[in-house]
Amino acid sequence: MAKTKLVVDPITRIEGHLRIEAQSENGKISQAWASATQFRGIELVLQGRDPRDAWAFTQRICGVCTTVHAIASCRAVEDALGIKIPHNANTIRNLVHGMQYIQDHVIHFYHLHALDWVDVVSALSADPSKAAAIGKSISPWPNNDEAHLRAVQQRVKKFVGSGQLGIFAGGYWGHPAYKLPPEVNLLAVSHYLEALDWQRDVIRLHAIFGGKNPHPNFLVGGMASAINLSQATTFNAERIADINGMIKRAKDFVEQVYWPDLVAIAGFYKDWGSIGGGVPNHMACGEFPETDINDTKGLYFPRGIIMNKDLSHVVEYDQKKVKEYIHSSWYDYSKGAEEGLHPYEGETKPNYTGPKAPWTGYLQDEKKYSWMKSPRYEGKAMQVGPLSRMLVAYASGHKDAKELITEALKKLNVGPEVLFSTLGRTAARGVETVLLAHKMEGWMADLTTHIKNGDTATFTKDKWEPSSWPKKAEGYGYLDAPRGALGHWVQIEDEKIKNYQCVVPSTWNASPRDAQGQPGAYEASLADNHPLVDPERPLEILRTIHSFDPCLACGVHVLDAEGNEISSVEVNT
Amino acid sequence: MLTPSAYPWVEGESLGQHLDERGIPRRDFLEYCGSLAVMLGIGSAAAPKVASALESQKRPSVVWLQLQECTGCVESVLRTESPTIGDLLLDVISLDYNHTLMAGAGKAVEKAKADAMAANKGKYLLVVSGSIPTKDNDIYTMIGGKTARQQLEEAAEGCAAIIALGACAHWGGVQGARPNPTGAVGVRDIIKNKPILVCAGCPPTGDTVTATVVHFLTFGALPEMDREGRPLFAYGERIHDQCSRRAHFDAGQFVDTFDDKGAREGWCLYQVGCKGPATFSPCPIFKWNTRTSWPIEAGHPCIGCTEPYFWDTMTPFYGRLPDVAGFGIEKRVDTIGLSLALGAAAGVAAHATMTVLHQIKRRKATEQVPEATEDEGVNNG
Ligand code: SF4
Ligand code: SF4
Ligand SMILES: [Fe+2]
Ligand SMILES: [Fe+2]
Repeated sequence: MAKTKLVVDPITRIEGHLRIEAQSENGKISQAWASATQFRGIELVLQGRDPRDAWAFTQRICGVCTTVHAIASCRAVEDALGIKIPHNANTIRNLVHGMQYIQDHVIHFYHLHALDWVDVVSALSADPSKAAAIGKSISPWPNNDEAHLRAVQQRVKKFVGSGQLGIFAGGYWGHPAYKLPPEVNLLAVSHYLEALDWQRDVIRLHAIFGGKNPHPNFLVGGMASAINLSQATTFNAERIADINGMIKRAKDFVEQVYWPDLVAIAGFYKDWGSIGGGVPNHMACGEFPETDINDTKGLYFPRGIIMNKDLSHVVEYDQKKVKEYIHSSWYDYSKGAEEGLHPYEGETKPNYTGPKAPWTGYLQDEKKYSWMKSPRYEGKAMQVGPLSRMLVAYASGHKDAKELITEALKKLNVGPEVLFSTLGRTAARGVETVLLAHKMEGWMADLTTHIKNGDTATFTKDKWEPSSWPKKAEGYGYLDAPRGALGHWVQIEDEKIKNYQCVVPSTWNASPRDAQGQPGAYEASLADNHPLVDPERPLEILRTIHSFDPCLACGVHVLDAEGNEISSVEVNT
Repeated sequence: MLTPSAYPWVEGESLGQHLDERGIPRRDFLEYCGSLAVMLGIGSAAAPKVASALESQKRPSVVWLQLQECTGCVESVLRTESPTIGDLLLDVISLDYNHTLMAGAGKAVEKAKADAMAANKGKYLLVVSGSIPTKDNDIYTMIGGKTARQQLEEAAEGCAAIIALGACAHWGGVQGARPNPTGAVGVRDIIKNKPILVCAGCPPTGDTVTATVVHFLTFGALPEMDREGRPLFAYGERIHDQCSRRAHFDAGQFVDTFDDKGAREGWCLYQVGCKGPATFSPCPIFKWNTRTSWPIEAGHPCIGCTEPYFWDTMTPFYGRLPDVAGFGIEKRVDTIGLSLALGAAAGVAAHATMTVLHQIKRRKATEQVPEATEDEGVNNG
């Protein structure tokens, strides 16, 4: 087979706009290019604004990982102004962020990723009684019974028979890379549908603490949802009972549906444990502070870096070693395109040099080909996300993570080396979801214990008034989001934002090549022992790209070094 | 929800059969149509009309474009309240294009979209979330090798009507806030020859979208709208007029700082920046996430996200209303009562605020002109 150049644009079932280009030869991908094709400029919009508003703006970087930018932003501003939030506010943020992880990972697995492994059309020829037998053998989930599965199959049959395939039109059904027996496909389709209802229920926790989801409300200094057990309109016993119910239903679904499905499906795709490993360095900034954000030893998911797949050694993470490069990105730097800049000095002048629209050729022929910058840690490309977090946890001796990963490896009869792969990324997401589904109960118990002991504080007010702020301040807020390590850097001057920079998980993973020619994580993975049977039906590419759970809107944002004038506003508080 | 549900209503199946299959008695369906009719502001007497319109529907094609955006609007629609009968409605739709959910990618989905548009020419409903960047030859958002503008123009050409979903599609959204680096604009700034309905908000509640689609199916037309193109059934009321904390506003009981005594008693959030008095939105009525709560109920002031240019006109978010620079709405009111409010002494400017509110109320009564869009709004680009 000759060398083929190919384009997949748009990549679907992700957040945002991503174009993948590749070259393939003899059924394998030799090189790949990841190009972010949307630019929004939100960091620039932040300049000159009240830093207490920044969480709301940055939250709109992404509506899929809603909450993560808002919390990172609050942490950055609190760091800059020296605000210590009350214990309850920290716990509430953990609950909100924890449920975000759980809900987001399940949606990712069933609605964004599953169709890469699950052939919906094949489910039509399943034997529902056999499917039920398989279902019962892996889980006590009540809907894994024959009657339910038969009904699901009937409905899907009719749906397909109608000829109006809706979102299933254009799927790669019957592709040889689909390996599941029809019965397992049927189980997965049934859970795809159930997960749609489930996600709507459990995320109501965000509405209780933040008024809505997507984009619940946050507050610099704590949380706005006041606690008063004797009030019908505040956070009270009725709300506590509602949340406990959600946490239970979240845990049941994760334990009885998501995790068993994941392990069962992985069993049919073990070969994907040696495909798509890519960048061998993994970074986690750590998340879920049990006590205080500055106590980095007390993070439930530990902080650290794994270099070169070496699980015997965890390198310490230091935000000062992060720099962003623009060698292949459509920007200019005042010091030249080959310099790297730390986020505090971050600057970006968009300068599009690509072909005129509409694009008819290939971006891979261009020197610059993406709106994504290339963050590097000490000059090295990094992977971030669930796998990186779980590897750091595993290597740090995290008891819960180690137990669950060991159990899963044993079930699949494979060694830890398979973790560095497309399958590893997908499996690690499930591991941390199980851990958090358990953790939620503990946080909720912590909150109720504090309330019982008379501690109902949710907000620290001493630095709320801008008049109490120093003339100049700067701060850093980290957060390990569902998609990986995130950092916000803020500089405040005269009560306004002077500078704001975010370095986001998908910027690490989706970054283009740097000056050394080092590809970003997507690009490296697609070129690592990666099959592509039919360039016209690039199912395998979707598998690996989706294993990262891309969030492109998150990755692309800009700060204008020139700082256009922004009119100031008088606040009378 | 526009996603496939466990109970797709397929062509060739009568509504009666479909309801049977789902175990839904006909009486429940009629009741549901009644409550929908009330929600849509057409009175429960119109229930039989809603029912018969829904019964006779085939699944119409919906094409959903996601342009320059954050996907929050799609997520919001995924959270739509789902009483058993609610799904039924959405099964009525054939969602023929949507990035977040489609199985295929690249050429395969662009072809699926082209096929759906050709097969349903003149009939499909176009949903748009996200803005259109217009600076530097539109280069800031490319999808399938085409600019967002080109994608929009192509899809709008053969559609019956457009639902502009969210602040981004409405007027440009967060990337359209000052200084609007990419020249982001809303759908109405690009498409001039199609009916456009705006589900305003960042994001809007999913239920608003659902109800709008139902209206379109029932009456073959978009519902009555205000001057912003927002359906009156959802955006006809000011938050402040429906707010559960309103009694405290009237009684002069205010939260002065978060987590103070007033906050723990559920008092009014006006002093900590609530934009409810200047915001038309169904939040207090429909609430959020299957009616669990809504921002003010959960203790945070309203940020005014259903109003045009709110990122500039409603900020700083914690600044008290009349003092907020911009206070956008009054620019579109003939009589401005604001000077009164601005002149009021510090403390609780309740009387003056009432005057502002009164003026805004009058705006609503005089504003029923869906066609005028040119003279609209402060373009901050
Ligand atoms: S309106 Fe808000 S929620 Fe919707 S896409 Fe735009 S930023 Fe996201
Ligand atoms: S000011 Fe806000 S919190 Fe107070 S009554 Fe009006 S809408 Fe409700
Ligand atoms: Fe995101
Ligand atoms: Fe950035």
